[in-house]
Amino acid sequence: MPLAEVILCCKSKTNWSAMTTFTETQSIVLQVNGARKNLSIEPRVSLLDALRDYLHLTGTKKGCDQGACGACTVLVDGERINSCLALAIQYEGCDIVTIEGLANAGELHPLQQAFIDQDGFQCGYCTPGQICSVVGMMTEFGKGAPSAVTKDGTANSELTEEEVRERMSGNLCRCGAYVGIRDAIKQVYGGRQQ
Amino acid sequence: MKSAGQPMAHESAGGHVTGSALYTDDLLSRFPGVLHAWPVMSPFAYAAVLTIDTAPALAVAGVVATLTSSDVPGEGDTGPNRHDEPLFPTEVLFHSQPVMWVLGESLEAARLGTAAVLVRYEERTPLVSIESAIQADSFHSPPLRLSRGDRASALAQSAHRLKGEIHIGGQEHFYLETQAAIAWLDESGGVALHSSTQHPSETQEIVARVLGVAKHQVTVECLRMGGAFGGKEVQANTWAAVAALGAQKTGRPVSVRLPRRLDMMLTGKRHPFLTKFEVGFAADGKLEALHLALYADAGWSLDLSEPIVWRAMFHADNCYFLPAVDITGYVVKTHKTSQTAFRGFGGPQGMLVIEDILDRIARTLQLPPELVRQRNFYVEGQTTHYGQTVKDASRIERIWNELKSTSNFVARQQQVAEFNEQNEHHKRGIAITPVKFGISFTATLFNQAGATILIYRDGSVQVNHGGTEMGQGLQTKILQIAADGLGVELGAIRIMPTSTGKVPNTSATAASSGTDLNGAAVLDACAKLRAVLAPVAASMLNCLPDEVHFEQGIVLAAQQKATFAEVVEAAYRQRLPLFASGFYKTPEIHYDPKTGQGHPFYYYAYGAAVAEVEVDGFTGDMRTLRVDILEDAGNSISPIVDRGQIEGGFIQGAGWLTLEELVWDAKGRLATNGASTYKLPSWMELPEVFNVGILERAAEPGVVLGSKAVGEPPLMLALSVREAIRGAIAAFGDGGIVELDSPATPERIYFACSKARGQAEDA
Repeated sequence: MPLAEVILCCKSKTNWSAMTTFTETQSIVLQVNGARKNLSIEPRVSLLDALRDYLHLTGTKKGCDQGACGACTVLVDGERINSCLALAIQYEGCDIVTIEGLANAGELHPLQQAFIDQDGFQCGYCTPGQICSVVGMMTEFGKGAPSAVTKDGTANSELTEEEVRERMSGNLCRCGAYVGIRDAIKQVYGGRQQ
Repeated sequence: MKSAGQPMAHESAGGHVTGSALYTDDLLSRFPGVLHAWPVMSPFAYAAVLTIDTAPALAVAGVVATLTSSDVPGEGDTGPNRHDEPLFPTEVLFHSQPVMWVLGESLEAARLGTAAVLVRYEERTPLVSIESAIQADSFHSPPLRLSRGDRASALAQSAHRLKGEIHIGGQEHFYLETQAAIAWLDESGGVALHSSTQHPSETQEIVARVLGVAKHQVTVECLRMGGAFGGKEVQANTWAAVAALGAQKTGRPVSVRLPRRLDMMLTGKRHPFLTKFEVGFAADGKLEALHLALYADAGWSLDLSEPIVWRAMFHADNCYFLPAVDITGYVVKTHKTSQTAFRGFGGPQGMLVIEDILDRIARTLQLPPELVRQRNFYVEGQTTHYGQTVKDASRIERIWNELKSTSNFVARQQQVAEFNEQNEHHKRGIAITPVKFGISFTATLFNQAGATILIYRDGSVQVNHGGTEMGQGLQTKILQIAADGLGVELGAIRIMPTSTGKVPNTSATAASSGTDLNGAAVLDACAKLRAVLAPVAASMLNCLPDEVHFEQGIVLAAQQKATFAEVVEAAYRQRLPLFASGFYKTPEIHYDPKTGQGHPFYYYAYGAAVAEVEVDGFTGDMRTLRVDILEDAGNSISPIVDRGQIEGGFIQGAGWLTLEELVWDAKGRLATNGASTYKLPSWMELPEVFNVGILERAAEPGVVLGSKAVGEPPLMLALSVREAIRGAIAAFGDGGIVELDSPATPERIYFACSKARGQAEDA
């Protein structure tokens, strides 16, 4: 369901005077890491809170809760979003992947292994968001989506360091482990062409 | 093969990349019925609290209880040293200060409950700026003094004198995991907590104080922290105390987790400083006399501000010999958050000033800044202004020369000059600055640590010690130390969460000392256990105990061997103890705060950095083109960990000096209370070329495995960026003195460039 419709449907169903206390819960089904999850939540619960507080998938972190740090990044139908700025009910019917769902049958995603190999973290709190963000970035890159620094539109751009910096600039690492993260990205995707 | 010295991945690496490494707030689902807490916050920075009516809160759906002073069975104060931080104040001393708390079934219920509470205040006029507080004679303590020689006559006799004033901004920790604690009543009448704290023993002490119970009734555990940087050294205690008080009142588990905005509004930061100096120097640039006043904006309570100002005073020399010096430190009381420990602990502010001064001296004398710096280096045998001989002083020059060579400094200086000749609107600057950072807590008593090691009959091992993990890699190093210490494989060891129930009376994991102290204590325990196991192995292998060799889980002697587990089982059957405690206290250190003299540091960590920047004269925008670092980490126990600390410390320092600006408005409200208004170092500020080297042949005798502390020192390497910026700004003018307050934001750089251009036109 597109965002505008969701907001409209919320408006029609919700008693706004009651918003100051509690709204009615709704039953929804989320597809998370390949499993169907039934939730009974208020329409205004963020996807981040739904994941952490209702589904107990605590790998996704809450850093700023205002879409400015990237720690809550998850993948929705392969695209990366800040789950703190998203309402869970918007994503019924979507394929949601969190850090817990990246490994395949116990085998780490190559990027997870590269983060270990290249020391792509210190405290680890931004790491799930960084990893999901890189995976989403590569999907965007693969589709030919340009970034602010892509010089010639979408044609055969190379994944340069400048591209990585620009495309990853929404994920903060307060420990300053950017060198290790950059090298982890290089290890897996170095030289990748669009 | 030894594990120490090998590059090895972080101890929790697997957990970090899969999201299974748990932090305090990730544990909530393990506590059914957990309550959430939200504070009632003052809308004023300075006010009397006249009345509080909590009754309306209890009528709000989902509100379970309120917490006020009448609920405190013990002492309602969380001040770590001086008891000056009332949990339920009758006088508000900073904006948004909590005056009481509401507990709810959800965070939102608690928050809505606080909105219903009626509080009457009597507003007063807050002291927000350092200057206004100085004028009002508002200080936490009498001035701190440190002097050597006759500063006044030395100044009078100097051929050259300069005076100046520098404002230095603070820094928000912005640990990505905000403050968090969960408290519950344990199975035997005590209180237990998970707390994101750098100092579990002090958190235990404060909780016990507030609850009015003995410390043995309180157990504090810390799994790991999502960053801390000093911000959870003493400032984790309040939230733990609120959670514990709530748990005791309601009988239910209580979680306190500050949302980011509250964390920024309620917790202390790196101290902003106002500094005033007068310096006397010779025609060759040598320092002769320094008169320095450091005014630290400590905020509403004392916190750790005294030792922080002391460390600023101790580090006002950086690597330079000050023949005659007189430093006064002021702990200024303002109506702001209570500023606290932050990586460097005052050292960065002290060092910023002397680096700024040396650049002014160089530009006054028209000498290269790096030459003036080098001419003032300590040499072997010289003592600091606090009376400590500068051990390994020659290492400063060794690092300096090696780095100048590997960074190609001289040739690049020429290239920068050429670039500046050819470009009118963009200028570059290149600078090299050194670091000398004193290692040890300046309060001698904190320099102790304990460990407890348990060996089970199958040869598996639990290691407990007092240090906490905040991303700095302490547990990785401890794992390596313990594996070598016992001669077992890494996989045989489990590093346990830090708990006051395992090692008592621990010090904060702070002052870069985590590995030095706890690593040595772990080694001590390992040695005791080996002394138990060696005779057992000797009798199994028919040799003498000193011929037994423990390595990687195999116990060897001549041609024979047994497994570690076999030796352990044999020791058990002989009824020998398979657990031991270890202890360490740093030798040789002493210091008298009355005179400011002594030997406060066990040793110094050294380093140097070269930074090259480019400044846009139209906008003040700045790019860091290249950084080269050479850091003295002793014999690195964990080279990957140390490299991360060096890179990360530098980036955090550069953030403090160039991006991160805290703004309080006239009412004392923090205007920069989110990631959207407070600029943190991002991917975009990573230096375009970033070369990091660790000094070779640098073993530090007397420190665990010859290593050196590496947590804080690299932060101050970023002073090279600030000095390079000042060089670039000077190039817009005639090369004269550049006055630049910190942080060097584009705005400040732009105005400094305008001033430099104006001076050049006037000349």
